[in-house]
Amino acid sequence: MSDQHEAEPAAAPYSATTTEDTGAPASGEPGGRQPLTGRLIIQTFSEGNTVVITILAIFVALLVGAILIVASDPVVLRAWDSFSYAPGTALSATWDSVAAAYSALFEGSIFSPATVAAAFHGGSIAAIFYPLSLTAFEATPLILTGLSVAVAFRAGMFNIGAAGQWIGGALVATWLGYAVNLPIVLHAIVCIIGAFIGGAIIGWIVGEIKARTGAHEVILTIMFNYIMYNLLTFMLSSQSLMQAPHQTNAVAPNIASSAMLPHVGGPPPQVGVGFLIALAAAAATSWLLNRSTIGFQFRTVGASPSAARSAGISVERVWVLAFVIAGGLAGLSATTIVQGQTAPLTFNSYGTYGFDGITVALLGRVRPLGVVLAGLLFGALNAGGTVMEAATGVPADVTNVIEAIIVLLVAAPPLIRMLFRLRRSRGAGAQAVTSKGWSG
Amino acid sequence: MKLELRGITKRFGSLVANDHIDLVVQPGEIRALLGENGAGKTTLMNVLYGLIQPDEGEILLDDQQVNIHTPADAIRAKVGMVHQHFMLVPVFTVAENVTLGAEPVRGLATPAIGRVRSFRLPSLGLLDRRRARREVRELSERFGLRVDPDAMVEDLPVGVQQRVEIIKALLRDARVLVLDEPTAVLTPGETEDLFRIMRELRAGGRSIIFISHKLKEVQAIADNITVIRRGQVVGERPPSTSSTELASLMVGRSVQLRVSKEAAQPAEVVLDVQHLSVHGERGEQSVRDVSFQVRAGEILGVAGVQGNGQTELCEALMGLRPATGSVHLDGTNLSHASTRDRLRAGIGYVPEDRSEDGLVGDFSVADNLILDVYDQPPYASGISLNLAAIRKSATARVQEYDVRTTSVLTPAGTLSGGNQQKVVVAREMGRDVKALIVSQPTRGLDVGSIEFVHKRVVAQRDAGAAVLIVSSELDEIYALADRIAVMYEGQIVAFVPPTIEEQELGLLMAGGGGAATDAEPPDTEPPDTEPPDDAPAAAQEPEQP
Amino acid sequence: MTALATPVRAPVTISRRYLAAGTFIGLGLIDIFVFGLLAHSGDAVFALSLPGASPHLPSIHVPGALLAYLLGVISIGLGVLRAVVDLPRWGKRLTLAIVLLCFLLSLLAWADAGNVVGPLQVIDLLQGTLTASIPLVLGALAGLMGERAGVINIAIEGQLLTGAFVAAAVASVTGGVWLGLIGGSLAGGLVGALLAIFAIMFLVDQIILGVVLNVVALGLTNYLYDRVMIPYANTFNSGNTFSTIKIPVLSSIPIIGPVFFDANIFLYITYALILVVQIGLFRTRWGLRVRAVGEHPVAADTVGIRVLWTRYRNVILGGMIAGIGGAYLTVGSVGFFTSDISSGFGFIALAAMIFGRWTPLGSVAAALLFGFSYQLQTELSVLRVPVSSFILLMAPYVATIIAVAGLVGRVRPPAADGKPYVRA
Repeated sequence: MSDQHEAEPAAAPYSATTTEDTGAPASGEPGGRQPLTGRLIIQTFSEGNTVVITILAIFVALLVGAILIVASDPVVLRAWDSFSYAPGTALSATWDSVAAAYSALFEGSIFSPATVAAAFHGGSIAAIFYPLSLTAFEATPLILTGLSVAVAFRAGMFNIGAAGQWIGGALVATWLGYAVNLPIVLHAIVCIIGAFIGGAIIGWIVGEIKARTGAHEVILTIMFNYIMYNLLTFMLSSQSLMQAPHQTNAVAPNIASSAMLPHVGGPPPQVGVGFLIALAAAAATSWLLNRSTIGFQFRTVGASPSAARSAGISVERVWVLAFVIAGGLAGLSATTIVQGQTAPLTFNSYGTYGFDGITVALLGRVRPLGVVLAGLLFGALNAGGTVMEAATGVPADVTNVIEAIIVLLVAAPPLIRMLFRLRRSRGAGAQAVTSKGWSG
Repeated sequence: MKLELRGITKRFGSLVANDHIDLVVQPGEIRALLGENGAGKTTLMNVLYGLIQPDEGEILLDDQQVNIHTPADAIRAKVGMVHQHFMLVPVFTVAENVTLGAEPVRGLATPAIGRVRSFRLPSLGLLDRRRARREVRELSERFGLRVDPDAMVEDLPVGVQQRVEIIKALLRDARVLVLDEPTAVLTPGETEDLFRIMRELRAGGRSIIFISHKLKEVQAIADNITVIRRGQVVGERPPSTSSTELASLMVGRSVQLRVSKEAAQPAEVVLDVQHLSVHGERGEQSVRDVSFQVRAGEILGVAGVQGNGQTELCEALMGLRPATGSVHLDGTNLSHASTRDRLRAGIGYVPEDRSEDGLVGDFSVADNLILDVYDQPPYASGISLNLAAIRKSATARVQEYDVRTTSVLTPAGTLSGGNQQKVVVAREMGRDVKALIVSQPTRGLDVGSIEFVHKRVVAQRDAGAAVLIVSSELDEIYALADRIAVMYEGQIVAFVPPTIEEQELGLLMAGGGGAATDAEPPDTEPPDTEPPDDAPAAAQEPEQP
Repeated sequence: MTALATPVRAPVTISRRYLAAGTFIGLGLIDIFVFGLLAHSGDAVFALSLPGASPHLPSIHVPGALLAYLLGVISIGLGVLRAVVDLPRWGKRLTLAIVLLCFLLSLLAWADAGNVVGPLQVIDLLQGTLTASIPLVLGALAGLMGERAGVINIAIEGQLLTGAFVAAAVASVTGGVWLGLIGGSLAGGLVGALLAIFAIMFLVDQIILGVVLNVVALGLTNYLYDRVMIPYANTFNSGNTFSTIKIPVLSSIPIIGPVFFDANIFLYITYALILVVQIGLFRTRWGLRVRAVGEHPVAADTVGIRVLWTRYRNVILGGMIAGIGGAYLTVGSVGFFTSDISSGFGFIALAAMIFGRWTPLGSVAAALLFGFSYQLQTELSVLRVPVSSFILLMAPYVATIIAVAGLVGRVRPPAADGKPYVRA
């Protein structure tokens, strides 16, 4: 009832210039664009109908992927050339192309009916789980970098630098892996801790600079990525540093087997202890964010740094701590690769884990459980992609496009709604929320 | 130009912001639109200016219907508006701001050669800065609005910025000028200046609409007053109407302009501030050598027009701004303590900007209620939060403070302003505090919420807290304060009793007067209860602008 | 009434003077004690013309150590001047430029003093700097166009990549490099359009959007490269390039001529665009309105400027400029498209834009600096100078961090940058 008096926006304090819009209240109005509510990125992803939106986004992305597959398949294109007198051929060629690709994708990542049938005839049961195992293996580093990005997001910051932090962890883990001699389990644990610390240090530097100077972490982390790329190459190119003996390429020595993480039922790329580390990290992150006082601080700073300050929370300390943890998680991601597969560290081992972490975090709605699921989805696409490329010749890059489109659509719920004419759910509506721009 | 609004209706969802409003303003008339915050005045003017499209109704200028769909249409129809929050680009000069959208341009030839117009592409064209400057100066002189065309707007004081806004409207030959709460940021002296300008503009045949919620001003300047309440016109009165009648029209019931409270029983000094100074971002001093004491069981009201250092003072007291000088709470030296330590030491803080600094809009009501005590038992043990305890305490608090919300888990940002403030108040006053610092606590609130907050503040005082309240609303100061400190340009220029005449108080707020007033003597031993009688301290004659 | 997102800091204006002075003196000392003292004995030879060029300038022979000492003394002198005298802004910039120049020359003198491999190819160095900075400048201009109107563009990298791909493909298929250029530009504009639509209409967070668009661009170009370009390289990736154009008269000026006036069309397009954007943004009505939209869109709206239309237009135009930059990477240089050919230039362009305080001229200076450090690294390794390439390659990134951290003054983006504009 006192809402009546709040028809006009509670006038922002009589500051000389604001960029508030004029006249419209904070609550939604039917149809059309929404005025902005909060500044938190999370709002985009945690308001109503998220499951429906995600599923629809996946559907649309797969459709786009299908178009890409078909439009670049010479067989299909030739069939369409003769569409006018053999339309059936064109359509069936199209269908075959897509079906072959996507079924290979599925079989490579989830399961293949052939193996099930084979098992009944005396084949190995373990082979049934091979695709899932691949999926989990691919998902492992993504989940961890996804957590890294998610933790930073919750504290209101963009961690574009997961790749650089990954490298930090990788360098430490690798060095500990070959330069130090320890008994079997202890060695692995020391390397894991070392990787966490390595990533955390890089994160710490970024956090400190941001805390002391207010610089925007997007530029800082991007720059640090490049510094770390170069550092990695540098370290691996000098015999006196970390280059493998008798090598001229930028490659590190192999790490001792005592430092490797064990695998389940077979050599990599089978799933291993790394996956368990990822799940444990997700659980720990969830607890940290939702049930600890530290997480409360993170979320407060992420939602409103000024309110946090007025409540006595040290915003700068939160920034540093959040980046330390984010860096550590990225370092853990490195450990699952460095200690999880036999190939030595090279100048581009970091691959796309850093940026993929961003897309995984976004798809996972910046929540640990979501990150795990999103990581598994992307892991499935990656695992399936390799098989698809081998089986049908469709380059695995199409899965990257599919992943990116899923995230793009998930980040723009109004678009999906428009495409599918969904009704807006209650609860403030899924706003796509703005970033704070460069000014933090 | 004659302005008529006929049947203007605007709905936002189920809320009717403007309900079939009719308004006629004659040329050469100053019409005041009087109403509380949220009554619909700004919405109506935004309709007139094309920022909002009405659901029903029409606009007529000189008895011709006009279609105003965008501000550009309004400008073309010679309607000008000076908004409550200035529409000035801080990093542009005055001339650039004034001519934005109507910039004089020249061709590529140098001015000496003449007007050779080459390359006349649409909306390109080189800026003719000299002509812009000239145009600004001409208007400035014609209407007595002193501005420097080349000054950067962000460097200008608020009163001058407002002049720039007015010149902006005049450049476009506005015949109807709307001023939305223009005096909110002006000193009484600057307000007089503005009124003079308004009369001048009226003499030229312009119609002026003056939006305000301040009775006295409206009575002083308007030719006619239209009172709006809850989206409807509830009456038109001449300025000679009594304040009580106007107030009750505004609010719909007879308003008590004073909170009933018992006399204060001040005890020992609890909050002792000495020689506090704050440096602003560019080296200027926003708070200059401020000293005062607040005793347990008393309310010290800091009166002053916004922008005279009150905000910085509160922030400095809470450790949110670096400052020199000393702050003692009940004997403990907090001068270098962090914000957290000050809160823990027993200061409650209700910040000026509740939505930015007081609450986290996306957090639940429950989480907001523990914003500064989240890591203390029973809400947490070690680093682990105790969610059940948080919820339980929140439910009790919400009941006690009559916060209207469906559940303690709803996001605080969805509550109305009044309820939001109640959450902040519940948090700060719901714990044991020795001192309470409250800044602009009832800004933007409806009358019911204002009453509530005031009652709570008095209750805290009666429970023994030392209360410092900063407000630019004189009514609030008069209602609550047991003693008043007047702040002007960063200094406390006087300490006066709440029996002081409003004119005198206004004069002090504007920097005038300053001689015969109760000055607060500095007391270097905080817990001393003897009223000292040394020489008066900081009240000096401030420089005239 | 301020939202306390950042703490209030005491002003640093006074100490910055001493910081600058100290830096100058420090660099001067390095000139003397590192480059001077540690130089091999002998002359540093600066070759000022390309071999076989006419007129052929004689190379400059200078005793390396001596030059370094001299330059060091100059730097120290300027440092003292900076500390003692309160210079006007142009003075501060000039002294900074001179000190940096002294530092570089000392470095070069040290590198080439008595060097057996050969003289320092100054022209090569400068030419290489200029061409290396073309995609950076164009990328920075692209970013500027959007950001000055209030839209953050992290997708410059994706625009460069897409532009490069389409330019190579179109040039290959049609046989016309000009068509390739246009195609690349349009492709960049298309990515810009996507950015604009998602950011302005669908209010997606602009930084996220940029990152995602980059990923899409990379995935898409890689996919089509693997799927189409590699198997059908003759049709789609034949590697045509523009030939260089020597501007008559101007290209014969010693030193400046071969560097600035003897390159392919892309350099000249870049000159033109720098001029157009600089004048456009700061001296025309168009530019004033764009900047108003980027600083205070509500104010711009209330005077009748079409905010959203301005943003759309600028972002798409910016994308087209970036597309040209991308086209340079293929039809303007190596010709063939390869996977991830933009290899991070888009992000460096972003850094250049920020370093250059969101102005075209500033971005150019930053881009040249970055390009120069890259070229220097190559040149020094040719001369077999024992300087780790790592340090030189890192220099631009570290410099950007220093700039962004505010150690060289506040970097202030347009006030409404990144915030979508919504009106009821």
